[in-house]
Amino acid sequence: MSTTHPGAFGPDLVEVFGPQQADGGPELVQLLTPEGERVHHPEFDLDFSADQLRGLYRDMVLTRRIDTEATALQRHGELGIWAQLLGQEAAQIGAGRALRPQDFVFPTYREHGVAWCRGIDPLQLLGLFRGVDHGSWDPQATGFGLYTIVIGAQTLHATGYAMGMQRDGVVGTGDPDRDAAVVAHFGDGASSQGDVNEAFIFAASYQAPVVFFCQNNQWAISEPIERQSRIPLYQRALGFGFPGIRVDGNDVLATYAVTQAALQRARDGQGPTFVEAYTYRMGAHTTTDDPTRYRLSDDLESWKLKDPIARVEVYLRRNGLVDDAFVAELKAEADELGHTLREGCKAMRDPDPLSLFDHVYADVPPELAAQRDGYAAYLASFEEAR
Amino acid sequence: MAAAHDTQGTRTITLAKGLNAGLRRAMEDDPKVLLMGEDVGKLGGVFRITDGLQKDFGEDRVIDSPLAESGIVGTAVGLAMRGYRPVVEIQFDGFVYPAYDQIVCQVAKIHYRSRGRVPMPIVIRIPFGGGIGAVEHHSESPEAQFAHTPGLKVVACSNPVDGYWMIQQAIACDDPVVFLEPKRQYHADKAELDEAARPEPLFASRVVRAGTDATLIAYGPTVKTCLAAAQAAATEGRSLEVIDLRTLSPLDLAPVLESVRRTGRAVVVHEAHVNLGLGAELAARLTEQCFYSLEAPVLRVGGFDAPYPASRIEEDFLPDLDRVLDAVDRSLEF
Repeated sequence: MSTTHPGAFGPDLVEVFGPQQADGGPELVQLLTPEGERVHHPEFDLDFSADQLRGLYRDMVLTRRIDTEATALQRHGELGIWAQLLGQEAAQIGAGRALRPQDFVFPTYREHGVAWCRGIDPLQLLGLFRGVDHGSWDPQATGFGLYTIVIGAQTLHATGYAMGMQRDGVVGTGDPDRDAAVVAHFGDGASSQGDVNEAFIFAASYQAPVVFFCQNNQWAISEPIERQSRIPLYQRALGFGFPGIRVDGNDVLATYAVTQAALQRARDGQGPTFVEAYTYRMGAHTTTDDPTRYRLSDDLESWKLKDPIARVEVYLRRNGLVDDAFVAELKAEADELGHTLREGCKAMRDPDPLSLFDHVYADVPPELAAQRDGYAAYLASFEEAR
Repeated sequence: MAAAHDTQGTRTITLAKGLNAGLRRAMEDDPKVLLMGEDVGKLGGVFRITDGLQKDFGEDRVIDSPLAESGIVGTAVGLAMRGYRPVVEIQFDGFVYPAYDQIVCQVAKIHYRSRGRVPMPIVIRIPFGGGIGAVEHHSESPEAQFAHTPGLKVVACSNPVDGYWMIQQAIACDDPVVFLEPKRQYHADKAELDEAARPEPLFASRVVRAGTDATLIAYGPTVKTCLAAAQAAATEGRSLEVIDLRTLSPLDLAPVLESVRRTGRAVVVHEAHVNLGLGAELAARLTEQCFYSLEAPVLRVGGFDAPYPASRIEEDFLPDLDRVLDAVDRSLEF
């Protein structure tokens, strides 16, 4: 090796240090192909009952309807903005249905399908995007945290919550009704955030019962995954000291199976797991975004062939698990849901202006109370002038 | 440093011992209280404030954390959501900034965001201020950045007895509290602690020396500076009142207004940069609320609007007795 020719460093250093990433392509756990073929996996195979399959199908259809209605409501000026989940239904329903009641979820602002699984009224999701509140559901009662807008911040909250579970003695007892775990949702963009990396370190250090569920939808607004990572995201986990796995995020069966296994690992006290749900953001980042400025329609077309709902429908029909009557009934249910969302959204009233002062503190300081009273008197002065 | 008990049930303590004893008592009173931070376990913290606590309460309650401030505060948020009362230690003032996002966007806002459903009883302990001859980032006074943030409460202790009581009150508080400790006082002065005494409320300011000619307003490390200045002024026949603010957000203005209405003159003294510091807010409030009592503009003595300097010239940066008295002279001559 000659030090006078810097260009010669490259190959030599690869020989010394090894390759920049593991050999071979990423392995994708899949149980249902895009064509609706049921395939088997040595580690993650599961038997699904007909009711379970129909249930997952129904969840995805209704979740897509919530998304479609919300997008339309934004276009009609009823919502300020909407973060679309189109294309990510399988990842979210699979992850959501793998939960037990005692588990806890920390979402981003796009987990509408998981919210559905946790029994959150979709109108409450609309309330946030309409601007009437910052999220009105009860995290403790639903096991579903409030949407977090700052990218990745909630992964640390999830880890801390999981550390709390360890101290509460609800990890590794062997009692399926007692043992609990946490799911931290985030995306490919968030994987670059310091908080997410710190969450990995804390979770690994304390072996906290948390599943890091990353929906890699390929895009962080306009930036492709290649801008965030030079290696498949799931491979990063090993560097932090816990397993990572990539699952077909458009396959609800595989997502369910892998999340369930990761959750069980956590509940059993075996620590964190990284699940990369490989999917695609079929819509825009939000309703204010214009993806035609930065991505090719070819890409979109190829992912359309991998649609998460179509493959389940093909499977169900081919195996005689649904008939026309079921599909018609589900369509009617979706229409009814759409109607409820439209009417409910338009009927939402703006909050009382003085409520902006509510809940800043548990114990309200006198100065803030005085500010509130002053503004109340100011508002009242307009009423008197009328 | 050993605490000596006397026959009346009082003992002589430093600020470090007062904080340590206060933390211990809070942990005894409530099993949900956890301590977390860098080196707080076996080592007892770099200033030994948590000395002996991991030994007595175990590793599950006194948690040595990875070296990541955002991680410390962010996981504390999750622990609070699970029903715990985390007390986190930021090792030095200048290291709080990696946690700044978690503090101002999450800790401060989760109670509000959740319409009161999710409490955030977190205490963020920060040793603050200079005067210890340290390298960069170890001598700062970031209080205004937190006092500016709705949802946080910010307090500063100035003496051993307050340290003992205020840390317990901050832990019992259902709101998040940024708890500032004047690090150069940790092992300096001693005071008599009576654990059976009834403490003052946490969010209350206090007149620590009565006077008639001008009011000195201070907190944390500058309370001692101002008391020394008042002592020196007294030998020249000037009577200065000294107020220890103790609470920076919310402010407890009543004792301040009462004092300034009597003296007509106010000088605010803090180590933080003067520009947009607590002194600016106090000057505005005093102007609004006792304009006709003021005989002179409210003056500020603080750190200059330069980054904290190298330690060999930090005494030039920090407000000292002479700079305080110089401001008093200017106020009296106005």
